[in-house]
Order: sequence, then structure tokens, then C-alpha cells
Amino acid sequence: MSSPGDSRRTLARRELGLFLLGLPALLMLGVVFAWPVLRLLSLSVEGGTLEHFEKATLDGLYVTVLADSLKIAAMVTGICLLLAYPVAVWLSRAGRVGAALGLFALLLPFWTSVLVRTYAWLVLLGRNGVINRSLRDWGWIDAPLPLLHNMGGVLIGMVQVLLPYMVLPIYAALLRVDPDLSRAAEGLGAPAWRSFLRITFPLSLSGVSAGCALVFVLSLGFFITPALLGGGRVIMISMLIEQQVREFLDWPFAAALSTVLLAATLVIYALIGRLTRGGRHATS
Amino acid sequence: MQLSVKGVVRRFGPVAALGGVDLDVAEGEFLTILGPSGSGKTTLLKTVAGFEIPDEGAVLLGGEDVTLSPPRRRDMGMVFQNYALFPHMTVAQNVAFPLEMRRRPREEITRRVEEALRLVELQAFGERLPRQLSGGQQQRVALARAVVFGPRLLLLDEPFGALDRKLREALQLEVRRLQRRLRLTTLFITHDQEEALIMSDRIAVMERGRIEQVGPPAELYARPATRFVADFLGESNLLEGSLLDGVAQVPGFGGVPLAGAHPPGTVTLLLRPEALRLATEAEAAPCQGLGRVVETIFLGLSAKLRLQMDGGAEVLARIPLRPSSPPPASEGATMLVGFSPEDVHVVPRG
Repeated sequence: MSSPGDSRRTLARRELGLFLLGLPALLMLGVVFAWPVLRLLSLSVEGGTLEHFEKATLDGLYVTVLADSLKIAAMVTGICLLLAYPVAVWLSRAGRVGAALGLFALLLPFWTSVLVRTYAWLVLLGRNGVINRSLRDWGWIDAPLPLLHNMGGVLIGMVQVLLPYMVLPIYAALLRVDPDLSRAAEGLGAPAWRSFLRITFPLSLSGVSAGCALVFVLSLGFFITPALLGGGRVIMISMLIEQQVREFLDWPFAAALSTVLLAATLVIYALIGRLTRGGRHATS
Repeated sequence: MQLSVKGVVRRFGPVAALGGVDLDVAEGEFLTILGPSGSGKTTLLKTVAGFEIPDEGAVLLGGEDVTLSPPRRRDMGMVFQNYALFPHMTVAQNVAFPLEMRRRPREEITRRVEEALRLVELQAFGERLPRQLSGGQQQRVALARAVVFGPRLLLLDEPFGALDRKLREALQLEVRRLQRRLRLTTLFITHDQEEALIMSDRIAVMERGRIEQVGPPAELYARPATRFVADFLGESNLLEGSLLDGVAQVPGFGGVPLAGAHPPGTVTLLLRPEALRLATEAEAAPCQGLGRVVETIFLGLSAKLRLQMDGGAEVLARIPLRPSSPPPASEGATMLVGFSPEDVHVVPRG
């Protein structure tokens, strides 16, 4: 027989054990993430002045680029959602073998670096790229289509890289939805599409919210793909930050821009979480 | 509404989950499909509900052939094993769902949801979410949702499995009363023979995709048609004997005169544990033998004794206990075991 004091001590010891297990990861994050971020924040207000923040938030150029970045991120998120949802539904119903094959195909691109994939898009989308040449050979077009060095090219490249981050959380959420629920809905008189709209879709919103947050935040900080596929005509905030550091060596201003980006990211993240709170029931 | 299942066959690859099932459920009747897991009872229920299409045979509801109708057109209320309540909707929204799918007017939905919740005594819980309710309450919500639209048939798929014993007994009686009050034709699936005996007008015992016997609980218990039914329903002693001139020679008990005509040869006799008399009470019994107590189990109202018959098989006896009864015999004691031939049922060979 153990007294209540004993069990409380056991509980405290177990918590301590879990804490110790998590400690290496915590230290790692502290050293390689939290510390540099704090350094960056302090850099941005170096010399006790807020002039860098003033420039970052009031100068028309930077505000426009930040707004453009938010817009691109929102578009990428939207396109990813539209493309990913049907794929996730298909995966969740494909059975064991189908799901394994589908997931394998989905994760295959992760075996190549983003850089390689972006260069591959250059080959595909260029004026004399595979797509334009094929279309011309088949006589479907006379002049090459402008697929590269514009918003369209950037969107194509970013969506391709980020799509798995949208599919996976939605797929996971759909798997958690008990198949008896749609069976019950059907038995109670609902046609398949109404059962999907009223039952399956609302219960997958937790995955939709996670996928959107992930893709949006990742898009906002995207660098390589817009830099290469945008050809200098599509500017995202991360490219400006890199420019400040590499070309102008203006660390404090780069730090201020980064801080603004971080703040915007956190705000958006909180908003997405609040908007889709309705879908949380699914996970409980 | 009256349900008829006619010659239904359902194969999964080489395995026949249903091997030609015929079943009639009368209007307002509570019929239980009883069988062990893998007997095909769930496949039968799914076929009636429309989630499975049979390879052969037909399902008729009130004379109308619904074999190929999708589930949503069958107007059947179903309670699933895990209730399948919609977790993101309140109790009232759950119960309103079938009415909304039938496009009933707003006021009617409000009124009928209220009625249905009152019926299961959950009128105060309409705004709660399913996960805020106990298991028994969730079960009642599922029931309200299944009956709110006046279904032609009520289907219950082992709905009490997840509940503890006390709650299960209370709900069994509640469901039975509700079913009688609404006069709902009901098909109930379970593997729990005690539950089947308590609730049913009739029981159909299933085994390996076939119905072994259909009948009222008392009839199935007293006169099982097959060895499987005798064994599955209640506790039983199945004694082998050889029959000659209307008298069966049973090792351990001697000659047992049997009423009625039976073909000579080996017979299987069913003797329920409560038919056996022990010690002084066995002295007047026409059939007797000596048995040694192997095990005694005290159950409160009664005691169960396993006895090794002298020169025969092991038998199980159940004796009633009153507060004044002496303690049941302990292990190792030898005593007289007897029964009366009227309590014997001859299990047909098959």
C-alpha cells in the first residue's frame, strides 16, 4: 500500500524524468535557435535607436514587399489546399497498399534538395524549356509562353515544394475520422456529398488548419525558389533581408526586417489557429 | 414494419460469410441475432442496413424489395457498437440530423428532437457535445437519433458492449420498454446469450453463416435443435448415451427412459445444471449415480458444483441457496447425483 505522499513523489519523479529526457532538445533549441533570434532582436535596436524599424515599417518599398510576400504566401497556401485536399481524401481511402504507394510518391521529392528541384523547374519552364518546346512542336502555340521569371513560375515552384506539407496533416486528420460516422450519416438519410460536407470535412479542419499554418509560414520565409524562378521580378521579404546582409552589410536593418517578418508570421499563425478552432473537436 | 430475409448469400473470396440465410421478423417484434464472433451476424446486419449487397437472395421490408437500395433510402434507424455520434455536433444537432436530411420544417425538427430527448430522459443535455456525456448517456443519444424520424426498422449492433454491467442491465430494460412503447420492429445483434434471453421476443442463433435455430428464448433454452445451440445458450451438460428400446444407457447414471420416438444408436442428452439434484434431494430421483465433487463455486443466490461421475463424464450442477441452507459440499466429497427424465432433452443429431 502506498500513501498519497508516495504516489505524489513518484509522479514528481516521473515528471523530472520526462524533463531530463527533453533537456538535450531544449538545450539544442536554446543554443542554435533562441539565442541567435535574441541576438538578432538586439542587433535591430543597436545603439538604442528605432530608426531601422521606422524604415522597415514606413518606407513604401519594404511595406510593399512585405505585403507582396504575404500575398504570395496566401496564394501558395490556397492553391496547395485546393490541390492537397482531394489527394488526402484519396490517400485516406486508398487502402493499405494504395496509401503506401501514394505516400511514397508524395515524399519522393524530399530525397532531392529544393535547389535541384528549382533548377529542374528552370529547365521545364524556360523559353526553350521542355514545356514550351513540346507545345510548339505539337503546333499548339506560336510564341513561347511566359512561364518563368514571373509570379506564375514562382507559384508553380513553391506549390510543388510545399504540397506535401499540406497533404500530410490533412491526411492524418482524415484518418482519425471514424468511418462509422459517414456510415451512420448515410444510414440516417444523407447522400454521400452531404455526409462529406456535414461530417467528414468539418472533422478534418484541424488538419486543414495545421497544413495552412505550415505552408503559409514556410512560404513567407521562402528564398531559393522565388529568387531563381522569379528572376528578380518577384521580390519576397527574405530576398531583401539577404540583400541587406550580403550586399550592403547592413546587419541592424536586416535584423529589423527579420523581426518584422517574425512578428507577421506569429500574428498570422495565431489568426489561422483562431479561425479554425471549430475543427478542434475532431482530435479529442 | 415486417422484415424478410430470403436466401441471402454473401461471399468474401472463397469464404461464405452468409451461407443462405432465411429470416422473418414480424411487425413490432424484437428479434435477436445471437452468435459468436465470426458467425456472420454483423454481415447479416450490414446486409439488412444496406452497407453490404448480398451475392444472392433478397431483403424485403414491408413487402418491398430493398436489396439494392442504398442505406439512405431504407429508413432504418441504426445504433452502432461505438454509437458513431458526430463529435462536432451537439446532442440536439445529432438527433436533428436525420430530420434535416429529410428536409422537415424547422418547427417540426425542434419539436421532435425535444420529444426524442425526453423519451431517453436527456432533455436537459441538448446543448452538450457527445464527449461531455457518459457512455450510457451517449448510448441513449444514439438511440434517440435512431428513432426520432420514425424508422421502419431499428437496428442495434451490440450497443451495450462498452458499458459496465450495472449500466448495461439498466439500459437493456430501458431499450426494451422504449421498443415496446414505439412498437418498433427491431433487429438486435449480440454475442451475449444472457442479453439475448433478457431482451428478445425471439432469438435466431447463428453459426458459420447459417441460422441454426429461431424461436422464443424459453423454447431455445429448453429444446435446442442442435448441439451448438444447446452449448451456446446457457450452461449445459451434454451426455452421450446409447439408445435401445426407448431407454438410453448413460455412463455414470445407468438407464434413462426417454419419451417420444428416437432412432436407435448414439444419442446426445441435454441436461441443464439446474435439473440436477444432489445428496438427500437426489434420493427420490428416477435416475441416479455417484459423483465426486471436483470444484465448488459459490455465487450468492446459488452454488455451482462440478462433479466427476463414477464411471462417467464430468457434470455441472447448480443448486439454489437460501440464507438457511447449509454450505454446499466441499471438494472431494462423494454424493448422490440424480435427475428426472422429464428434464432431459434429446438433442437431434445433425
